[in-house]
Amino acid sequence: MSRFGIVPRIKLRKIQEAVSSGKRVDGRGLKDLREISIKTGVLDKAEGSAEVHLGDTWVMVGIKIGVGSPFEDTPDEGVLICNAEFVPLASPLFEPGPPRENSIELARVVDRGLRSAEVFDFSKLGLIPGGKVYMIFVDLYILNHGGNLIDASAIAAISALRNTMMPVYEVKDDKIVQTDKKKPLEVRKTPVAVTVVKIGDGLLVDPTADEEEVMDTRLTFTIDEDGNICAVQKSGSQGLTSDEIKAALELALEKASEINGKITGTE
Amino acid sequence: MSPRKKKKKWNRVDGRDFNELRPLKIESGVLPNADGSAYIEMGKNKIMVGVFGPREMHPKHLSRPNMAVLRCRYHMAPFSVDPRRSPAPSRRDNEISMVMRYALEPAVFLDRYPRSVIDVYAEILEADGGTRCASLNAASVALVDAGIPMRDLVVSCAAGKYDGQLVLDLGDHEDQEGEADVPLAYMPKLDMVTLLQMDGILSPKEFDGCISLALEGCQKIYETQREALKKKYEVEEEEKKD
Amino acid sequence: MSALFESRDLVIPGDVLYEGRIRTGDNTYLRQGKVYASRIGLVEYGRGMVSVITLEAGYNPLVGDTVVGDVVDIELGRWNVDIDASVAAHLNVPDAIDAPFRPDIVMPDILDIGETVVAKVVDLDRWRTPILSILGRDLGKVEEGFTIRITPSKIPRLIGKQGSMVKMILKETGCDILIGQNGRILINGEKREQEDIAVKVIGKIDREAHTTGLTNRIQEYIKRLKEEFD
Repeated sequence: MSRFGIVPRIKLRKIQEAVSSGKRVDGRGLKDLREISIKTGVLDKAEGSAEVHLGDTWVMVGIKIGVGSPFEDTPDEGVLICNAEFVPLASPLFEPGPPRENSIELARVVDRGLRSAEVFDFSKLGLIPGGKVYMIFVDLYILNHGGNLIDASAIAAISALRNTMMPVYEVKDDKIVQTDKKKPLEVRKTPVAVTVVKIGDGLLVDPTADEEEVMDTRLTFTIDEDGNICAVQKSGSQGLTSDEIKAALELALEKASEINGKITGTE
Repeated sequence: MSPRKKKKKWNRVDGRDFNELRPLKIESGVLPNADGSAYIEMGKNKIMVGVFGPREMHPKHLSRPNMAVLRCRYHMAPFSVDPRRSPAPSRRDNEISMVMRYALEPAVFLDRYPRSVIDVYAEILEADGGTRCASLNAASVALVDAGIPMRDLVVSCAAGKYDGQLVLDLGDHEDQEGEADVPLAYMPKLDMVTLLQMDGILSPKEFDGCISLALEGCQKIYETQREALKKKYEVEEEEKKD
Repeated sequence: MSALFESRDLVIPGDVLYEGRIRTGDNTYLRQGKVYASRIGLVEYGRGMVSVITLEAGYNPLVGDTVVGDVVDIELGRWNVDIDASVAAHLNVPDAIDAPFRPDIVMPDILDIGETVVAKVVDLDRWRTPILSILGRDLGKVEEGFTIRITPSKIPRLIGKQGSMVKMILKETGCDILIGQNGRILINGEKREQEDIAVKVIGKIDREAHTTGLTNRIQEYIKRLKEEFD
């Protein structure tokens, strides 16, 4: 990865040629995913956690459950907050500082996927009506940027949530008290994000960091286990034809069930 | 009760002896994108350190004409503590970043790389007392892993006082509830202390005792750092078969 | 006077290699009558000198090195080239075209940002910035092929005794290979399979450069890879 953020032309050409030939630089076909490994319960101080390796990409997610104030328009519902940290040790291109548009986009796309898939029944996460509710914090930490951060983060987020034990709070005399009890966080769906990238005339899944550097544009679909689309995000400065969008969606649907199998299979 | 019996019965909250370190594990070369890296578990602490450089410094006006700048960043993940904390750097994070830099600078040959920067990023994934020491232990290994020329390794450990007794390597509970905490960093072959702080109250004799204890702890940790660095090159027996 | 290790022992920074008078070689330093290692590597005692063959290091530019780099910026009269050193290298116009600087030269037409060059390090300025030249045989803009990176300290092993290792790879893969001392290797083959084999072989040398019996293992490895492709 270039330290100066410049993509050498010969690298761009090599990637384009590889994509045209159907055999990518790392030997994969356009529709092949890299190896995925998922580990849950890796952090003791978090109520839920997961560590995902997707090729060279390494993401860690911690779930913290707290108590706080609800949003004004939904006073009896729990709150979900997703945050992503592109920490500088993950890539020479990440600088320390407050979240930039890339990490904000990633957090929001993962958040939309969880929300639209209705992973949680927020009405069951209230405590004091109009006063206090459960807060679910999903903190996405990128440890190594090897490309396709959104998909890896979404896998880590849902894997961590599926293994989250919530502390049980009770209301006693109008006060919130934490009990010794814990119960599993109820997770109703398993949404999965699949990013499709366009390079020349080729559409490919699971881009490496190099492929992302030279891509024309990127389209991410978040899909639940029933094949419903829960979120869509197009990012990047070139356009897509409607045929390309259809083709990308087909590809994403195929891959979503593959990834879903990996998440539910590793329990 | 005779004094000897008293000493034998005294146990720390986790059952350790007064001069016993928490379980320690260090791995080097774990981050593919970093020039050098190390991961450490010290008790329940889980810390990742990545090193980049020497590389061009931006902004240029902060660079030094005759030597490299060493930049350290100590940062805690929101899920590293209970309750969750904000990812924004706190004043404590800033201070620790600075003392880490002072602890590492004497060990690095900065004058080899004019106008460059060497960045050391410590990410605390899980915290349980003594994170600055653990970060330094990993940072040291990461700098060697990056091939940056160094005079010596830097080893770090804290000693302190808990429940009237001098103890080595305080966990979070001992740190919060104890009478004093003395983190220290040391270059073992050159016999030089590069970080020394104290929080709490101690008599001069106790302070001396803490330093001795911490130096003892450093000698043991140094062996683990050495093993971590060597291990990367011992993988060859497996790889040879490919 | 004593050597505290044996040749080819693995040493880390701060290890005392020698006590007494001796010439200090690469990756060592002298302090109060003792020679210490400054990098991790294999210690070598020989010819009145102690040195450490480092396993990990960035690229340290030396005058005379052939390097492969990318143009990352254009300033007045000069290109800035990334050669993986601690600072970007400078390529001044007179070292790129065999004529002095004229104000009507359009620099991007000669070399643009993102283009790759094979260059020679001809000088280090007073701040140790590498100064390059692309005038000369086999130097200049790269039109074909692609580059991979290996640790610079592994380059001698990749070249081999009198070029034996790299010659073997050239012969077995049929690829053109140009080795930059900065750890950048330019590869160009007619067929993708050939290039893939070259990349895998060079990667293996990068990982195992410090081991013995490497030449034989590489020959075996190439044979196996070729069989896979047939």
